[in-house]
Amino acid sequence: MRSQPAPDPAPPAAAPPLRACEAGLIACSICGTVSRAEPEGMPPGAEARCPTCATPLEARRPDSLARTWALLLAAAILYIPATTLPIMVRSSLWGNGQETIMGGVVYFWTSGSQGLAILIFSVSILIPLLKMASLAVLAASVSLGRPGTRWRMGLYRLIEFIGRWSMLDVFVVALMVALVRFRTVAEIEAGPAAAAFGAVVVLTMLATHAFDPRLMWDKPGSSSR
Amino acid sequence: MNDPPAASASSSPPPSGRDLVACPGCDTLYARRSVRRGESAWCPTCGERLYGRPALTPEHLMGLVIAALITFLIASAWPIVEIRLQGIRNATTLSGAALALWQEGRRIVAALVFLTTQVIPLCDLLLVLAALVGARQGRGQGAAPAWAAVALRLLLHLRPWGMIEVFTLGIAVGLVKLSTMAHIVPGVALWAFGALTVLLAAILSFDLRSLWDAPLPAGTDAVPPPPSAPP
Ligand SMILES: [Zn+2]
Ligand SMILES: [Zn+2]
Repeated sequence: MRSQPAPDPAPPAAAPPLRACEAGLIACSICGTVSRAEPEGMPPGAEARCPTCATPLEARRPDSLARTWALLLAAAILYIPATTLPIMVRSSLWGNGQETIMGGVVYFWTSGSQGLAILIFSVSILIPLLKMASLAVLAASVSLGRPGTRWRMGLYRLIEFIGRWSMLDVFVVALMVALVRFRTVAEIEAGPAAAAFGAVVVLTMLATHAFDPRLMWDKPGSSSR
Repeated sequence: MNDPPAASASSSPPPSGRDLVACPGCDTLYARRSVRRGESAWCPTCGERLYGRPALTPEHLMGLVIAALITFLIASAWPIVEIRLQGIRNATTLSGAALALWQEGRRIVAALVFLTTQVIPLCDLLLVLAALVGARQGRGQGAAPAWAAVALRLLLHLRPWGMIEVFTLGIAVGLVKLSTMAHIVPGVALWAFGALTVLLAAILSFDLRSLWDAPLPAGTDAVPPPPSAPP
């Protein structure tokens, strides 16, 4: 996709770029129409709606920071059983065994599929960990009143994009459980870590969506935080 | 909400909400400009995409969504793969995998798999269809009906939870794992999932917010943007 130079800020050049919240404006999250946060003639307490598509308007995601921290904490706690308990339990004529996520990584590494070992290690172990740490850094930067930077914004977009890929191992287990059902010969069952791991992915994704990146650019002490 | 700084806000009242755009990443205000098909404008402050005109037309998107719905049905109804071990055969469909987990008592995992690979992707496609039909109606009447925006709002909340492409990669990893212990015969749905991943990538690249943009003047595919100095 080609890009054209971004449009000039309004009002032009001299003043620092004006932000919608400072001008008493809100952009619609659906169609992008910019309208007044408190239109004239609106009865007090009424809900502002987009004049183009009638979507209820929200300046910032509600309780953004509190929700982000709560979901992050829950995810961090569940990360421990998710990575230490077995995700797969196998029983076969050749012996029984349990496999944690790390065990699966080791299996691929020793059986000659180093590429897959690195893939599983990245999406299952590394990405959830980095995602929780990054989101904590971003939320802390808002609490400490640090001004927004493009670097932090890029980090947010990255965790928003890669978060879903952590579900990979859950899907692998689901497929193996459904296929390897040979009663006495070989059988694979999901272990307790599968649910814990799914919950970690869901909670970190919810935390990412609860966090409003515009908070990073708001001035400290403004009431929209 | 703070009182707006009187000087900047009241001296230049917003003429129309469609002439301005507020960055979804950092809330900075910009004047909206016309862009060519396939072009986007990006925020110089935070680097977020502001708006753009998709390379595909809504009619192209409609075709892709219908193709994806058919592929989705094939991927869901037919077996993904068959494995053979010591003369016994076993095959599974996607919902078969969720059912196996459910019967085993792993109900959370079963529900998670079923929702992210079946329910949500199907809802996603149907909601895109609804938004497109609504926008097409709106072009005749001047404004899209309210339910088109409701469909789109629902869609934006649901979309991150559809995980067909992750599941497709999961099939590939699972097959490598199984190939050492059993003989594997790929099923119809395996290829359907591959095709669906490609179709969904094209559908997801279409920015549905642009359905509310003014259409390009008839006969011209592109409006040359006014020359502008780099920021
Ligand atoms: Zn709107
Ligand atoms: Zn921005």
